[in-house]
Amino acid sequence: MRLTSPSGPSGTIRVRFFARYAELVGRSEAAVAVPLPATVGDVVRRVRDQLPGARDIPERPLAAVNLRHVKLDASVRDGDEVALLPPIAGG
Amino acid sequence: MSHLTREPLALDALLAEVSSPECGGTCAFLGTVRDGPEEHGVTAIEYSAYEEMVEGELGRIVAEVGERWSGARVALRHRLGVIRTGEASVAIVAAAPHRAQAFEACRYVIEEVKRRVPVWKKELRADGTEVWVDPSGRPTTRPAHV
Repeated sequence: MRLTSPSGPSGTIRVRFFARYAELVGRSEAAVAVPLPATVGDVVRRVRDQLPGARDIPERPLAAVNLRHVKLDASVRDGDEVALLPPIAGG
Repeated sequence: MSHLTREPLALDALLAEVSSPECGGTCAFLGTVRDGPEEHGVTAIEYSAYEEMVEGELGRIVAEVGERWSGARVALRHRLGVIRTGEASVAIVAAAPHRAQAFEACRYVIEEVKRRVPVWKKELRADGTEVWVDPSGRPTTRPAHV
């Protein structure tokens, strides 16, 4: 599924969902177009606004970009992989 | 080598990985699936993970052990899939020149795993219900202000 963006410079972000968040949106990933420059928080807002079921993902979830933990004000670039992480419960 | 497996965990293989004549102490930790009074009849836990990121985070944690405790060696595995009550979900062994370092390094690894490694668990209960575990919302965890 591809979420569209208004005209202008934009990037396509691969967003991945896990565990409860994947159940909420009924998918494990989505391609999300965002106007650049953009932050992880912008990607989260776009996902919550446009993806069915995503309103139940918190406004400020744990997140990772390209396999590393980041804060929501971290910037994203075209082609990045953003993961939205439910509360970690390993061990 | 992958830190993730879907097979039962075996300490012997991990102990062999860290064995060294320069290490005088080895500490082993097993985390097991529990069904205590607070768990409401857990028969098993289904573990899932962001597998590519798990490997990266665990690799960084192991490297941090080497920086913090000179001569320490660590090996660990996290199991994924459905794990029945009483079986181990995570195994960590830490060897070091002296026992204090081995205990400290082992404790460091499990605490960092719980804090930052993207693994999730869904409790499967005897009454047929399934519950995602959120450690931040559990009454057994410390309140947010502590």
